[in-house]
Amino acid sequence: MKTRRLYEQATAGFAALCLLCAAGGPALAQEDAAKGIERYREMMADPFANPGLLYVDQGEVLWKEKAGEKNVSLAEVCDLGKGVGVVAGAFAELPRYFADADKVMDVESRILWCMEKLQGRDVTNVKKKAFSGAGEGGSEMEKLATYVGNASNGMKFALKLEHPKEKQSYAIGEKLFYMKAGPHDFSCQTCHSEDGTRIRLQDLANLTNAAGAIPAVTTWPAYRVSTDSVKTMQHRMSDCYRQMRMPKVGFGSDAVTALITFLVKTSEGGEVNIPALKR
Amino acid sequence: MTKKLVLAALAVSLCAGVAVAADAVSPDVLQKVIASSWKEPDANNPAGVGPSWSGRLVQDDMQKICSETRNKPSKEQAAAISKAALASVKYPEDGKFLGDWKKGEKIAQEGKGLRYNDKPEDVGGNCYACHQIDPKELSYGTIGPSLKGYGKTLGFDEKAQKTVYEKIYNSHVSVACSNMPRFGTQGILTIENLKDVVALLMSPDSPVNK
Repeated sequence: MKTRRLYEQATAGFAALCLLCAAGGPALAQEDAAKGIERYREMMADPFANPGLLYVDQGEVLWKEKAGEKNVSLAEVCDLGKGVGVVAGAFAELPRYFADADKVMDVESRILWCMEKLQGRDVTNVKKKAFSGAGEGGSEMEKLATYVGNASNGMKFALKLEHPKEKQSYAIGEKLFYMKAGPHDFSCQTCHSEDGTRIRLQDLANLTNAAGAIPAVTTWPAYRVSTDSVKTMQHRMSDCYRQMRMPKVGFGSDAVTALITFLVKTSEGGEVNIPALKR
Repeated sequence: MTKKLVLAALAVSLCAGVAVAADAVSPDVLQKVIASSWKEPDANNPAGVGPSWSGRLVQDDMQKICSETRNKPSKEQAAAISKAALASVKYPEDGKFLGDWKKGEKIAQEGKGLRYNDKPEDVGGNCYACHQIDPKELSYGTIGPSLKGYGKTLGFDEKAQKTVYEKIYNSHVSVACSNMPRFGTQGILTIENLKDVVALLMSPDSPVNK
């Protein structure tokens, strides 16, 4: 109830400020808009007003729910790197190498693997519906990822990168970050290698150094006001590739894991804060 | 026997050590990851890599050099890129570079085109994503320079118009490893579209030059 009321107040305030943008001069209007968005963020950063918190609770229920042919819960069988069923601190060390799968995995591809291999579930639909649409109230994967991410809040990103496959994943991610391709010649570098730039009015993160990457990378999954839902890091990568005019990249694919490894390592020492609030 | 085993073990560990320490990714390894991550289309992934999409994952010479050098090519590489870029430019048959600036404004505003969820008829230049153009439009990006007063600054003669046309057709003519798409060379915009965008920047009556 409180959430809804604050949300409406904030939206109304935001709309009023936007009217101001149209009335004032360009520079002034943009400054006002930026201030308005900042105020909006402050209001929404109130830990009890972030609608994304609901996903944490729903994710916990899903984590502990028995499912699949083997009728076991993820909590009973899934090792996210810190021991079977342990969620505390796991996210801060992902992606990492898992010997059972002989692969480097991020939080979402690991959860998917546990569902398929350890719970014995058909994951076709989990994959297909991993990114929820407007008004769907979130997908199973979004809720689980938010729950696991939230259990590392306040902890610092610390990837060991000891296993050769972890080192390779990082190196591939770095290559992909700078890979210009497609009809528009875009790479991640095109938009994310300078401080203080934007697309239209959207601020862009400089993902080539810790100072720029930490605020962006430590905060997914995040509640996105523009879509009224929680979006995950897999979604962020996938949607960037869509905007880059590339073909659709596979959910939980090695390319996305590699990029996430590169970005998380670049954000080393950044404090996890999930679910954050974003535009 | 023992000696042989030790030597073999040493050789293996040395090889592993080199592979890790070098931190380099061989083109083969990278291609394998790309092939497994962007798959052929299927029921779950209708926008997967089909015949018309797989080409987007194959880099041409400019893309390769600019990726390897992270957009900082050597002098020689830059010269070769710019030379090839200029050679790719096709000019309007009527010899005129200025179209309709109002149509140009629409193209500059439009962000759709060539994404897997776009329609074939969606055509956009998305210029405002990166540039300030008409000063009345407040929602503009800053990845590229401001183009406010562009024609006034460059002059309204045909030579300036031609330079701008070439730059939009293929930005690498003037800046090798530029961030800007090659709108003409890659067929993102038609020659007619390009003339309209040139008019937006270079017409004396365009709001850009007011």
